[in-house]
Amino acid sequence: MRNVWIILRKELRSYFVSPVAYLLLAMFGLIFGFFFWVQLSGFVNYAMEMQMRGQMSPMNINESLIRPLLANVRVIGLFFIPLITMRLFAEEKRTGTIELLATSPIRDSEVIVGKWLAAMMLYGCILLLTALNFVFLFKYGRPDWKPLAIGYLGLLLEAGAMLAIGTFISTLTKNQIIAGAVTFAACLILWVFEWVSEFETATWAQVLSYMSITTHAQSFAKGLLSLKDAIYYVSAIFLGLFLTARSMESLRWRS
Amino acid sequence: MITVTDLTKRYARHTAVDHISFEVHKGQIVGFLGPNGAGKTTTMRMLTCFLPPTSGNATVAGFDVLEQSFEVKKRIGYLPETPPLYPEMRTAEYLQFVGSLKGLAKAELAKRVDYVCERCAILDVKDKLLGKLSKGYRQRVGLAQAIIHNPDVLILDEPTSGLDPKQINETRELIKSLAGDHTIILSTHILPEVEQTCEQVIIINKGKLVATDSVSNLQNRARGAESLLIEVGARNGLMDPLKVQSRLELVSGVSRVNLKSKYDNRSTFEIESRKGLVRGDLARAVVEAGWDLNELRPTAVSLEEIFLQLTGEPAAAPAEEAVAAGAK
Repeated sequence: MRNVWIILRKELRSYFVSPVAYLLLAMFGLIFGFFFWVQLSGFVNYAMEMQMRGQMSPMNINESLIRPLLANVRVIGLFFIPLITMRLFAEEKRTGTIELLATSPIRDSEVIVGKWLAAMMLYGCILLLTALNFVFLFKYGRPDWKPLAIGYLGLLLEAGAMLAIGTFISTLTKNQIIAGAVTFAACLILWVFEWVSEFETATWAQVLSYMSITTHAQSFAKGLLSLKDAIYYVSAIFLGLFLTARSMESLRWRS
Repeated sequence: MITVTDLTKRYARHTAVDHISFEVHKGQIVGFLGPNGAGKTTTMRMLTCFLPPTSGNATVAGFDVLEQSFEVKKRIGYLPETPPLYPEMRTAEYLQFVGSLKGLAKAELAKRVDYVCERCAILDVKDKLLGKLSKGYRQRVGLAQAIIHNPDVLILDEPTSGLDPKQINETRELIKSLAGDHTIILSTHILPEVEQTCEQVIIINKGKLVATDSVSNLQNRARGAESLLIEVGARNGLMDPLKVQSRLELVSGVSRVNLKSKYDNRSTFEIESRKGLVRGDLARAVVEAGWDLNELRPTAVSLEEIFLQLTGEPAAAPAEEAVAAGAK
């Protein structure tokens, strides 16, 4: 446990001492801020139009504003997650510092969990930044906070799975750009597997659709706490970290 | 302290380390010598538990590198060929990180960091970013991280590569001063380094153990011969070096005479001879022939020659080497 903390602290330091963390936070904040502004303006305009027509049908701010915005966070996250994980192991391999870690009395699993947790925390900071936007909605309206909280939980779990995949891919190469690109491709593929369910109902399509991270994001996005989907994400995280451990071990036998 | 028996590392296409066995006792400095690609780094990586051996075994401080790697890792300090530094960290921070990684308690940590900074002469860069340090400092910080947890065994892979001559000397002195408390294995392909710093030498070539002995024994056993340098001069007028050479060759006990350099009125020769009274005979021969004996001294057989003999590579004459270097 102590060792996980040592690695976690070191990784967080290197994110936050270099411009990496601030750059990611700033870019994410900027992009999401724009989305937020566009969606909110659209929502306000639509509400005014409805009022002018005299239709007083109730509008649900959770349904028509918060949910699409959370979907936006997901999409932007897809682009940012490879940027967070690509350096984790690739850089250690390139500079040779992996030799220091591998010859210290510390388990591979402790290194891996420490690194993954650091990536999770950075992504957590990004999510907190986006959450600031939603605070304004509470000032001027009365959205339900529970679906929002569950939506964020879903985002965090989903990111955890993708970060674990990215951590694994980072062990496969010395080149950060390759690690980032492959992670992006892998996450994107897992993301769009769900699409086959739209035209095909055969078993293989169901399997593909089940494997897709998008399939399991839906109930969280609706504000439903779904144990089934949570289990999917948690097992994806375990699988990713397990593969990372295998890959680190094979590194020794091969190199 | 370190026992290696039949250690082998095989890759898909070649064997990097081929059944080598040796032993290192507590407090010794051992030089691990071999040309580039001889398998030095691979052997060191196996001793530090970075690579698992294909067969054979090695124990460090009584623990097996494969079965009890955790115990081994606690007891070794390792400096790989390129010091494993994080460029975005500051020196003191980095040493603290490594110290805690090696299991030092917090209270001890600060003391050890101060101690190794002083020992390795890096106090003045304590708060600098590692990425901005010069090569010499990087190497010393690398050495500092290797000794931060006061390990029983130090394994140093080419600790002086890429340093300037002054830094090389400083680093060698530092390593020497570390012996006694630590058992040290250092690898190098620079021969004088072994002669200067090590007590024991292990020579490997193409993955095979060629020789293991103390430095002085190796020098003695190289030849039952002595090599001498002699300068002969002529007081008046010119002197034919060939004539001198053929005269010197007649002296009993001399096996070979090489003309090293010649000027108008003096020449130097390198002489290989049996040990014994050859020097007196040589002096007499020169003086009796009417020449001047300007200089006559024994030259030590260098480890370089021994090394070339042992690894079976032809000893190239300096001139040929120069030509080869020029051709490149």
